[in-house]
Amino acid sequence: MSILVDRNTKVLCQGLTGSQGTLHSTQALAYGTKLVAGVTPGRGGSEHLGLPVFDTVRDAIDSTGATVSVIYVPAPFCLDSIFESIEAGLDLVVCITEGIPTLDMLKAKALLNRTNTRLVGPNCPGVITPGECKIGIMPAEIHRPGNVGVVSRSGTLTYEAVKQITDHGFGQSTCVGIGGDPVPGTHFIDVIELFESDPQTDAIVMVGEIGGTAEEETADFIKQHVSKPVIAYIAGATAPKGKRMGHAGAIIAGGKGTAEDKYAALDAAGAQTVRNLAHIGDALSQVLRS
Amino acid sequence: MNLHEYQAKALFHEYGLPVSTGQVVQNANEVLKALAEIGGNSWVAKVQVHAGGRGKVGGVKLVSSMDAAQEFASTWLGKRLVTHQTDSDGQQVSSIYFESLTDIAREIYLGAVIDRACQSVVVMASTEGGVEIETVAEESPEKIIKATIDSSIGAQGFQGRAMAYKLGLEKNQVRQFTSIFLNLCRLFHELDCALVEVNPLVVTKAGDVHCLDAKINIDSNAIFRQPKLAELRDPSQEDPREEHAAKFKLSYVAMDGNIGCMVNGAGLAMGTMDLVKLYGGSPANFLDVGGGVNAASVAEAFKIILSDPQVRAVLINIFGGIVSCAVIAEGIVEAYREVGVSVSVIVRFDGNNADEGREFLRASGLAIIAADTLQDAAQKSVDAARAQL
Repeated sequence: MSILVDRNTKVLCQGLTGSQGTLHSTQALAYGTKLVAGVTPGRGGSEHLGLPVFDTVRDAIDSTGATVSVIYVPAPFCLDSIFESIEAGLDLVVCITEGIPTLDMLKAKALLNRTNTRLVGPNCPGVITPGECKIGIMPAEIHRPGNVGVVSRSGTLTYEAVKQITDHGFGQSTCVGIGGDPVPGTHFIDVIELFESDPQTDAIVMVGEIGGTAEEETADFIKQHVSKPVIAYIAGATAPKGKRMGHAGAIIAGGKGTAEDKYAALDAAGAQTVRNLAHIGDALSQVLRS
Repeated sequence: MNLHEYQAKALFHEYGLPVSTGQVVQNANEVLKALAEIGGNSWVAKVQVHAGGRGKVGGVKLVSSMDAAQEFASTWLGKRLVTHQTDSDGQQVSSIYFESLTDIAREIYLGAVIDRACQSVVVMASTEGGVEIETVAEESPEKIIKATIDSSIGAQGFQGRAMAYKLGLEKNQVRQFTSIFLNLCRLFHELDCALVEVNPLVVTKAGDVHCLDAKINIDSNAIFRQPKLAELRDPSQEDPREEHAAKFKLSYVAMDGNIGCMVNGAGLAMGTMDLVKLYGGSPANFLDVGGGVNAASVAEAFKIILSDPQVRAVLINIFGGIVSCAVIAEGIVEAYREVGVSVSVIVRFDGNNADEGREFLRASGLAIIAADTLQDAAQKSVDAARAQL
């Protein structure tokens, strides 16, 4: 078991024929992901990377039975692609693209709230169930199948956490990058809820960062609903107030969203907090071996 | 992206929000013409900087003669204004806005933001005008009246009226406020705002609702479809290093420590700064080289980090996902050749092409300190910075 995706998940790629889509789809295919189709309007009927290309998401689903989409479409056109995949009734849409206007995301959320589609991202590394299905831009070789669920707002910090988990002799059930934007499709709570009910997952590693109050809300959820151990790291303890730190969502605004607030909330919720980025693996090791 | 008050007021006017008559000057010798244009014999002079708290430090003044207006302009233009919202260097004053006077009967706060907790645009109003909304939220949250805007149907008149009644506004003012509320929401959505604030919104002695201040912050991700707003950018309000970095798709934020950091990914960049601090050092900057980095932009990143005279050591922490450590290594060597590096450089490579990257640095013969682990990198950077103090 795993969450969101496994070896049987059929994936289509919106933006397959672009440079990002081509690069990462080549790697996904090499990993063994069941990538079955591409969608590029105007390119329907052609082939790319040995996959059939369709004009619309609907056509791709009808011909291949795909239930998941990954989006590499440039930001100015992304909302349209997200709408199309939601309207086509896909179970899961993973949007890698960075730089989508926030008001576009509010529109996407309005549609998501009326359907059963789940959106992961945007501005995220994607989702991987090691050994089974890789959707996104994460380096494959650091992952190993195992019993640790990983959820993170940051790409490279996820890799750092995953590498430490693997180096300590453990592996990952599924890793979900929820992205660094202020309005993400999927929140920590959504993913942690899935890990809590996934029999393969024995511990959860959560990587947060400054900005917003998602970690504080997650702490409340953990306190009330999570029985599995949660190891939490928050980036940005040294970040100055009012400055955007790379990610659109990583900003301490009006004194809210500091790393200290988040650590305090997670400590109070009984999570195992880690202040030293290099100690995520050690903390996990202690929890799982005790 | 922040706009100046005078730019925000011009946009307010376009959207039917009532603002005072005003003129902006960049030069003291434009003052007379500007004042003649506005008319009257008393004006409010306001320095234009991307920061709040101007009034408390003398950046806003009532001037009752042409001479006083000119003196205010000569005093401030070209100077830097330090407020509680700026850093200790303050913000450059490049322009001054003169406005006609308003007789104030009462002050209200009105603002709209993208509320991350409820994932919607939320409009807030409070009877505590002129006070920062964060302070009101902290001290008397019950005084904040909120309206959540449904992004599929937009702002509705009843929401504006409900707010007006709660603010205790009277008949004609309710109509005026509702119109301001709706137009402000229209502006927010059409101009891709991240924040719009009217603090204060006032009721004049004549009984009219009027926007005395105007603050607009635009979502940087949406600038591509707001070409007119892109032209309103004022580089004099930005840190020149941050601005220079942005040209190379590098994300840079200056800090006050002495260990320069070059990292890929915003989260890891913050994590690296935090680690430097944990090991007893102090980061000089945040710098994310991004996913599309090449040798030239790495060299540029190096130059930007070294342009800070405080820097005693540079920590390069790369976890290659899309980014290849080999490309970063080439950039480091290129930077050494181009700019000459006199401080210690500590490099930690992991992930994509880490071995190739390390080998490339070794083969270059340059005095670069290789670190095996994250802790090792942080410790060596802190030691190196100490040794050079």
